[in-house]
Amino acid sequence: MSVLVFLENWDGKFKKLSFELVSYASKVAEMLGQQAIALSIGNVDASELEKLATYGADKVINIENDMIKAFDEQTYTSMIAEVAQKIGANVLVLANNNSGKALAPRLSVRLKAGIVSGVSKLPLSLSPFVVYKKVYSGKAFANVSIKTEIKILTLAQNSFEVVESPKTFVHEKLDIQPDGNLMKTRVKEVQKQSGKILITDADIVVSGGRGMKSPDNWAPLVELADLLGAATACSRPVSDEGWRSHDEHTGQTGKIIAPNLYFAIGISGATQHLAGVSSSKFIVAINTDKDAPIFEAAQYGIVGDALKVLPKLVEAVKEMKSK
Amino acid sequence: MKILVCISNVPDTTTKVKFVDDSKKLDVIGIQWVINPWDELALTRALELKDDASNGIQTVTVGHVGLISSDPTLRKALAIGADDAIRVNFESGDAYNIAAELAEAIRNENFDIILCGIESSDHNGSTVGGMLSEFLGYPSVTGVSSVKIEGGQLVITREIDGGKEILSVPTPFVAVVQKGIAKEPRIAAMRGIMMARTKPIKVVEPLAIESLTEVINYEMPKPRAACKYINADDAGQLISLLQNEAKVF
Ligand SMILES: Cc1cc2nc3c(=O)[nH]c(=O)nc-3n(C[C@H](O)[C@H](O)[C@H](O)COP(=O)(O)OP(=O)(O)OC[C@H]3O[C@@H](n4cnc5c(N)ncnc54)[C@H](O)[C@@H]3O)c2cc1C
Ligand SMILES: Cc1cc2nc3c(=O)[nH]c(=O)nc-3n(C[C@H](O)[C@H](O)[C@H](O)COP(=O)(O)OP(=O)(O)OC[C@H]3O[C@@H](n4cnc5c(N)ncnc54)[C@H](O)[C@@H]3O)c2cc1C
Repeated sequence: MSVLVFLENWDGKFKKLSFELVSYASKVAEMLGQQAIALSIGNVDASELEKLATYGADKVINIENDMIKAFDEQTYTSMIAEVAQKIGANVLVLANNNSGKALAPRLSVRLKAGIVSGVSKLPLSLSPFVVYKKVYSGKAFANVSIKTEIKILTLAQNSFEVVESPKTFVHEKLDIQPDGNLMKTRVKEVQKQSGKILITDADIVVSGGRGMKSPDNWAPLVELADLLGAATACSRPVSDEGWRSHDEHTGQTGKIIAPNLYFAIGISGATQHLAGVSSSKFIVAINTDKDAPIFEAAQYGIVGDALKVLPKLVEAVKEMKSK
Repeated sequence: MKILVCISNVPDTTTKVKFVDDSKKLDVIGIQWVINPWDELALTRALELKDDASNGIQTVTVGHVGLISSDPTLRKALAIGADDAIRVNFESGDAYNIAAELAEAIRNENFDIILCGIESSDHNGSTVGGMLSEFLGYPSVTGVSSVKIEGGQLVITREIDGGKEILSVPTPFVAVVQKGIAKEPRIAAMRGIMMARTKPIKVVEPLAIESLTEVINYEMPKPRAACKYINADDAGQLISLLQNEAKVF
């Protein structure tokens, strides 16, 4: 019996999310007295796979095959299910991102395994197997028990500390032939923006709302973000009005994020906005209205005009960096 | 072609949630029930596709697993423009039995396109769509921001990290949709509300499939530390607090 963690790669590379997943799986395996086995599908160099051992993978399995370049949900499900059965996995760990959201539910049906998605903590108990998850978009949490022998967990991004626990790198290449008949989705075109920090990956996010008044006022906000190596984000009306691009919209109907630090600048803090950012470790609110609900969610607040405050923050960060 | 839009019936997004029975159950008193926001957008997109006759969409059906108490929400969907509804008369336990019941109820209905939302705003599972596709053995695409029909062929946009992919898919298939699928949710006009009264809601008796998970109890979030205010004139002080106290950089 073992814990199987599935790792997606981005052009052959892993990222912080991957190491969070391996760290988490390795801790769950430790609780169960089992091995954590990492599974990678696609072309990834051995040196990159070796990193997984650093974060606690007892063994790294990879499947490489030219047929599996495109992410076809049925094909991937079949391959992961085959590995899970082969190694006798009783816990599967995936990311709670779009790929995990595609694969985990299919695996749940395939393996008749109960699933809890978006977990942020280690299981509270093993028998019964109880995990803690966010519900009602962060307005509450639930302790959920999984009743089946095989369990599937998807881990919320940025919720579990990356911890090194180096293991000897044990690498196994598995030759699993995907079933060509299953591959029904065809990728016609890929459009990628490069160089931009993804909001979902960023440790710091600087976000602006309608209180920024006009799209022309964004320069100091962007400068602050650049200085901090942060991603920029916005509230829904800001993207609806075309002040900022749609992929910056955070909240219930946009991106759900959990950075270490979230700046909410000229954002009132509507419940649908908070639904996307309430898992941030720290929230800074800058708002002219001292009664704005965002201050209830924030740990640090400045009551004032964003357009006057932002340049001061930019100066202070420059000063901090010069030291 | 026939489209099915799967609908989750959820508390209005501004609801302050409370729990009863030793925190085992949601306190439903006073809750305003609505169509899950993603499903409302999915329905809007389905109706847009149907509006253009060249797409050849015959019907847009909404599917739901829930008790009769969900009917007002289904009527709203019919008022917005869905042609009919299918409700599996079942008090759901978890996403697994919802998807299983739904799959059995629609298996022989020959829907070509099934739309599910990426997340239901109550249990935040993001699992019903994927499970439904697996039960039906249909291909699926998750994270869909656009569904178009070009020359009788489905063209799908999937959001990926830092970009998008344009895909072609066969029917029948399941799209799990997210931001971008439609701009603004369509609202019911008076005529739609009148017409909805006579549109059919087909009630299917459940197989009573067991759930695989169980909520033991709910908890409210731990109250956050009170906000620490920094004077706007010394805004720079915030940066040193973030550095030395919060230690975020
Ligand atoms: C189903 C549904 C889903 C939704 N999903 C989302 C979502 O995903 N994300 C989202 O963001 N919203 C969402 N909304 C909309 C949400 O309800 C709010 O309308 C929205 O978040 C408000 O955006 P805002 O804070 O930028 O603007 P406002 O609410 O207009 O707030 C502007 C704030 O700026 C302050 N301000 C004004 N001038 C200044 C200044 N000079 N300096 C500093 N502060 C200033 C004001 O005091 C105010 O607090 C959703 C709504 C619904 C019904
Ligand atoms: C009073 C009450 C108590 C409940 N208690 C529980 C509970 O204890 N545990 C639990 O897991 N669930 C419970 N539910 C069910 C809950 O409402 C959800 O429908 C269900 O859990 C699926 O949520 P999810 O977050 O997993 O869905 P997701 O997988 O996030 O939903 C994604 C998409 O699937 C479709 N979908 C979701 N639900 C349905 C549905 N019912 N019918 C048709 N399509 C649907 C929609 O398209 C939705 O956008 C309860 C519901 C009520 C009203």
